[in-house]
Amino acid sequence: MGHFIDRRLNPKGKSLGNRRRFIGRVRASVKKSVDESVRRRDIADVDQGEKVSVPAEGISEPSFRHSSKGGKRQVVLSGNRSFRAGDRIQKPPGGAGGGQGREGAPDGVGEDEFLFVLSRDEFLDLFFEDLELPDLIKLSLKEITAARPQRMGYTVAGTPANLSVERTMRNAIGRRIALRRPKTDEMRALEQRIAELEPQVRAGEADPAELSALRDDLDLLRRRQRRIPFVDPLDVRYRHFEMHPEPATNAVMFCLMDVSASMGEREKDLAKRFFVLLHLFLKQRYDKIELVFIRHTQVASEVDEETFFHSRESGGTVVSSALTEMKTVIDARYPPSEWNIYAAQASDGENYRGDSATCAALLSDELMRLCQYFAYIEILEENEAGLMQSEANGMELWRAYRGVAAQWPNFAMKRIASPGDIYPVFRELFVRKGGQVADV
Amino acid sequence: MSERPLKTAPIFEGAEWDFDTIRRAYDAIEQVALDDLGLDIYTNQIEIISSQQMLDAYSSNGMPLMYRHWSFGKHFMRDEQLYRKGARGLAYEIVINSDPCISYCMEDNTMALQALVIAHAAFGHNHFFKNNHLFRQWTDAPGILDYLDYARGFIARCEERHGEREVEQLLDTAHSLMQTSVFRHRRPPSPSLRAERERERERQLDAERSAHYLWDAFERDRTPAPTDEAAQERKRAMDLPEENLLYFLERHSPVLQPWQREILRIVRNIAQYFYPQRQTKVMNEGCACFVHYYIMTRLHETGQLSDGAMLEILHNHTNVVSQPDFDDPRAVGINPYALGFAMMQDIKRVCEAPTDEDREWFPDIAGARDWRGVLKDAWANFRDESFVQQFLGPEVMRRFRLFALSDDAADPFHTITAIHDERGYREVRDTLARSLDVSVSDPDIQVVDVDLLGDRRLKLRHIQRDGVPLDPDTRDATLANLRRCWGYDVVLSEAPET
Repeated sequence: MGHFIDRRLNPKGKSLGNRRRFIGRVRASVKKSVDESVRRRDIADVDQGEKVSVPAEGISEPSFRHSSKGGKRQVVLSGNRSFRAGDRIQKPPGGAGGGQGREGAPDGVGEDEFLFVLSRDEFLDLFFEDLELPDLIKLSLKEITAARPQRMGYTVAGTPANLSVERTMRNAIGRRIALRRPKTDEMRALEQRIAELEPQVRAGEADPAELSALRDDLDLLRRRQRRIPFVDPLDVRYRHFEMHPEPATNAVMFCLMDVSASMGEREKDLAKRFFVLLHLFLKQRYDKIELVFIRHTQVASEVDEETFFHSRESGGTVVSSALTEMKTVIDARYPPSEWNIYAAQASDGENYRGDSATCAALLSDELMRLCQYFAYIEILEENEAGLMQSEANGMELWRAYRGVAAQWPNFAMKRIASPGDIYPVFRELFVRKGGQVADV
Repeated sequence: MSERPLKTAPIFEGAEWDFDTIRRAYDAIEQVALDDLGLDIYTNQIEIISSQQMLDAYSSNGMPLMYRHWSFGKHFMRDEQLYRKGARGLAYEIVINSDPCISYCMEDNTMALQALVIAHAAFGHNHFFKNNHLFRQWTDAPGILDYLDYARGFIARCEERHGEREVEQLLDTAHSLMQTSVFRHRRPPSPSLRAERERERERQLDAERSAHYLWDAFERDRTPAPTDEAAQERKRAMDLPEENLLYFLERHSPVLQPWQREILRIVRNIAQYFYPQRQTKVMNEGCACFVHYYIMTRLHETGQLSDGAMLEILHNHTNVVSQPDFDDPRAVGINPYALGFAMMQDIKRVCEAPTDEDREWFPDIAGARDWRGVLKDAWANFRDESFVQQFLGPEVMRRFRLFALSDDAADPFHTITAIHDERGYREVRDTLARSLDVSVSDPDIQVVDVDLLGDRRLKLRHIQRDGVPLDPDTRDATLANLRRCWGYDVVLSEAPET
């Protein structure tokens, strides 16, 4: 007697604990490839899962086993065709290989690298690791707010699952009344009456004319009922849903960066993390985010992402050129009535003498009115970080921007020297709309 | 196939299955298995699982419960990757040597496959588990699930008490010594679950007692200067040489805490539990394939299986028992399913219709008629090595076109030492038998000496068979693991076979 058990409904993911342990073990190398992939990827698709390969050495499972070389071995193989006892076969050069030597790689898999895929959550965890985000923010960033279906009245076409029985029947009743479809009760009464009359007529007790009149009536009603269906395709209504994005609007995010020679790989990497993080924040709130990349030396131009991060330029630095370019782009393509405008600017703080005042004026008079939020980071050398303790002093651009920050609450600025410094730039963004974040 | 007078309607048609149909198929299979073949089985418990759950089961050695360790996560991720990419299919079933005998069947299987799998696992493997002497003596089928449950709980408690990192390191070491931690030559007492718990409690008490400061105040006996005789005495007291490395560490390591010893014990017990399976791959699979083939054929003859279902079953059956030639890219040595199945079919043939050659090779069983008894006796009393030695006949060797090849590192040529002919049969058979002997193919490593009162250096010896050395990379990594558990230096010497 056997017992049968359906285990398919048991909780899945029995291996999750082991998986977590494994990733913990290879954390260092996984983190490295996550960082690399942040550098490699476009800002908008940073938060995808990632294929990661880690060197096999950290995760080998050694045990005592025989070497594949040396000594004398004997094996039995199948499928002999032409060999005779005593035949000698030249070994292939460079190994004892041949038809044997299946001792296997150290962990039983012949791979130097172990390849696996990180889920989106695992990837973001590692990405957030040195950004020092508060836990609540981490959680809300990982959530994907999808557009939710919202009831939008009724339609005449749809899937059976969305059939609105109530509405359909209401239409049907209305139509049946309007077209005076004979009721079943009415007809049944008539039929009964005919059934009662029939024997009486046969016995000569009743008038045959009445019977035939009743039969005509019934016939008419029957034909009428057949012509007017109980439920007609015309009556059918379906509940209609439209995908309704939550606070749905469009946003455009401007990435401004100084690409003069003083911005090296480290600075660009920090700037990229800054842009990625802002993008993730915005993604929470908007369905569609367009990215505009503006780089500048002494002149500014709009470029694609690849050029933005990877091509090198030389020349002086005129920051206001970028702001002017941004203004031009906004005027041409992003009317503030339709777009939420966010901007993130990264620079090493150097600017052409006298230009900083122009920047401050541009921001205060024009751009800040249009922008939801403007974040500025000044990237410092690591050894400078200690020196630039005070917010008050700094280079000309910094001092000019401090004036803007005092005037506009939606302007945030920060000096950063390491990834951990980035998040505070955005803190304002969340303090201001804190309620919303908690809800997401 | 002989026509049977009794014809009944097929149990099922088409590929879809439901629990009702499976139950009817099970009853039909059971009838053939018990009444015709006379199998002796544990109660069956058949569980239907999804592919995700099959992957979960894969990663923990097929066991339904297992303690947590990163290496299982690694296997899981690798298997999942391969499965997703389509590089590898999943097994149709997994069967566990427990009482009741649990078989997992995949929900994706068609009805014909479910029937095949039930005959294969729930009757073939099940009978083998219950009757083979190795399993009877070395594994505790009714207790294994309880034991794993206990092990899982115990290790989880240790993680809480001593930290995940600590436990993980210990398990790393234990796993790397797992293969060399089975008793090959003697039978250990099989402790029940309660005895196991009791032992853990005693250890803890012992540890607490020995930590008492008063004990330190007693004057210890002066130890006499070590002499040769003392060394002999010491080895004798420690039962050296010892082949079971984890057992030795558990008993004698100077640095381990009681809970660490218990974990080593758990890993060692699991290794021991799996040891019979490694020794009987050919027989176990051969037995299961023989049983499913016989039962399915009988059901088809009596009309309980439709022709379509039988074709599907045969298609799968031949996939499993095919033996690719040595130069085929798919070849990975001798396929245990193919060899086991072919040998058992051959035994049946020898019993029923022996040739002169068979009478010379197998005088005991040739023409014995009672092939059921002969097979059952073989299933119960042999392991792969002895089974091949006893029952591999010329007919099968010719069919597989087996040949023996020798590879000497010092010689630039491979030599064909024997082929499937009159002069070579015995040599081919002996060579194949040796290559299936796990105690020959596993490295033979023993603890030979340790001076617990002196420098505490642990001495291991690898006894080289045919001059085959250990793989240096994994050897050094394993020794490094071992040092962590021993706490002092460990040396390994290579010694030729004597």
